[in-house]
Amino acid sequence: MILVLVDHDLGELDPLSLRALTCARTLSDAVHAVVIGGAGAGLAGVVGEYGANVLHVATHPELTDYTPAASGRALAQLVDRLNPSAVLAAGSPRGNEQLAHLATILDLPMAAECSAITLSTSPGAPHSVTRARWAANLMEDAHVHSDLLIASVLAFSFEAQPVVGAAEAKVETFEPLLEPADLMVRVMGRGGESSKGGVTLADAKVIVSGGRGVGGPAGFAQLEELAELLEGTVGCSRVVTSAGWRPHAEQVGQTGTKVAPDLYIAAGISGAMQHIAGCKNSKTIVVINTDPEAPIMAYADYAIIGDLHQVIPALTAAIKATKI
Amino acid sequence: MDVLVCLKRVPLAGSTFLLTPDSRDIDTKHLGFGISPHEENAVEAGVQLVEQMGGSLTLLTLGPTDAEEQLRSQLAIGASRAILLETEGEDWDPQGTAAALVDAIRAEETNFDLLLFGAESADSAGYQIHIRVAHALSRPIVTNVKSMRIENGIAHCERVVGTVRELYEVQLPAVITVRDGLNIPRYPSVPGRIQARKKPIDHKKPTPRVPKLEKVSLSVAPSNSAGAEVLGNGVEAVPALVEVLRTIGILA
Ligand SMILES: Cc1cc2nc3c(=O)[nH]c(=O)nc-3n(C[C@H](O)[C@H](O)[C@H](O)COP(=O)(O)OP(=O)(O)OC[C@H]3O[C@@H](n4cnc5c(N)ncnc54)[C@H](O)[C@@H]3O)c2cc1C
Ligand SMILES: Nc1ncnc2c1ncn2[C@@H]1O[C@H](COP(=O)(O)O)[C@@H](O)[C@H]1O
Repeated sequence: MILVLVDHDLGELDPLSLRALTCARTLSDAVHAVVIGGAGAGLAGVVGEYGANVLHVATHPELTDYTPAASGRALAQLVDRLNPSAVLAAGSPRGNEQLAHLATILDLPMAAECSAITLSTSPGAPHSVTRARWAANLMEDAHVHSDLLIASVLAFSFEAQPVVGAAEAKVETFEPLLEPADLMVRVMGRGGESSKGGVTLADAKVIVSGGRGVGGPAGFAQLEELAELLEGTVGCSRVVTSAGWRPHAEQVGQTGTKVAPDLYIAAGISGAMQHIAGCKNSKTIVVINTDPEAPIMAYADYAIIGDLHQVIPALTAAIKATKI
Repeated sequence: MDVLVCLKRVPLAGSTFLLTPDSRDIDTKHLGFGISPHEENAVEAGVQLVEQMGGSLTLLTLGPTDAEEQLRSQLAIGASRAILLETEGEDWDPQGTAAALVDAIRAEETNFDLLLFGAESADSAGYQIHIRVAHALSRPIVTNVKSMRIENGIAHCERVVGTVRELYEVQLPAVITVRDGLNIPRYPSVPGRIQARKKPIDHKKPTPRVPKLEKVSLSVAPSNSAGAEVLGNGVEAVPALVEVLRTIGILA
């Protein structure tokens, strides 16, 4: 049996968890889901639809919001009782965090961000996984030496697929035994939207992104104008945030935001792999760069070789002309 | 306020990776080395806390002898001293690394108020070493912190999950892992660099453990693009781009 931690925020499902359920179904027909906190009990329908036969609900008077160490403790107690062959979760900050608590409590290895999993077929032999390194620019084949496999599933490696004619998962409630230390760190409040209103980077359909080639904070005015015209938003590279030209919330890449717009315009950005890691899921990438040899050319769909300070205003003017 | 920052020496690859012939490692012959941006933010946060409240900032790394280079460059921005747990150069798995870090922290006379980590390492990205260290030392841990303030022994932390900002409060001593964007790390000054040469680095031999997460081989992820179609040079290419924007449905 495979146990999948299904993450939710105050009862609202994290859709990446459905991908983890889909991954679990490739390993076994017996898939159980678990949610931490009674607010997750309402997910029995959807986890059933995605292949879980049973939904275990960890309820406890203190489990009213995200409490990662307590999640680890509750999972460890469930694992003890059910003895699954693997525990999976989404490769998200929360998925990785809760699994790491579980792995630590059980003193077992954990493989984060796996794109492929093969369970061991003979006792004592290791499990095999392929996992992402360097923001998925490098893949690592690894052996996991433990009976129970604890692994998170790389976000974009499985499409969530419903099971035709699946029934609602059977709900089984349990109350974990928690120690005060498990409850010391929990969400104490929410600050609301992280963006200042308008289009957020993560959801934008069009992103006009600038790098070192923009030359300074003033140069971004023309990118903003173009972005606004296309009902999109501005992004940037890390060189730009490190120099303080733009706020970090606009940084695209491995340590910034991962984006997937319909159109990504990269102006004055060389295409370091840490930047590409954040924008490679864009539908169309257009490059504006003075250097025809810039590495970003290999990842882009279209390019204009030239100075962005000329090309962008000209593009803005041409688009305005089409709108009259 | 006594702060410890854990950091890791990693190769700084540009736009592609070359692997060694046995595909077990990155070929680093032509690469420079650094640390993860997250960890640069952690060091900067440590420097700022000690500037504000006094105390000490210690750096800790497990890695090859050459990791001294990364320790020196971070000592140059303001840390007081560093500890280098020397390996033979090979990667240690997360459990082995965490155990060695824990041994080293326990061996210290200082009872650190705050242990700072990066959210994940730049290369192996296991998302766990800090959590293992926190449990072993019975300390609370908040991860992925994007902004933080310490007042009266309590760390007020904020992290961003999707579009939601989550707020945490945790009593020190604690472990906090930080993300790029927490602050803007400063560049080392010339006097900083000169002082860093004289700052103490303790070299220690950690106890190796049998790896449970065992790296077998690496492969470079394929790129799914065939490369860009060049529309032309400079402003002359703009009409062609407008046409593309029509074709892909961005413009009516
Ligand atoms: C672990 C790690 C994580 C990282 N995470 C990120 C991340 O999340 N996001 C990120 O972006 N980076 C990240 N980086 C940094 C990354 O490696 C690069 O340093 C950075 O992306 C380079 O930014 P850039 O392309 O703006 O600058 P450069 O590499 O300097 O490129 C500037 C480009 O602008 C072009 N140019 C110059 N003038 C003009 C002009 N007038 N018109 C048109 N083009 C012009 C040049 O030809 C060049 O191609 C990370 C690094 C590490 C080690
Ligand atoms: N070899 C190491 N030496 C010291 N600290 C490390 C080492 N590897 C990882 N860390 C720390 O642990 C964090 C998380 O690493 P990881 O679990 O590999 O994602 C990193 O950002 C560092 O702060």
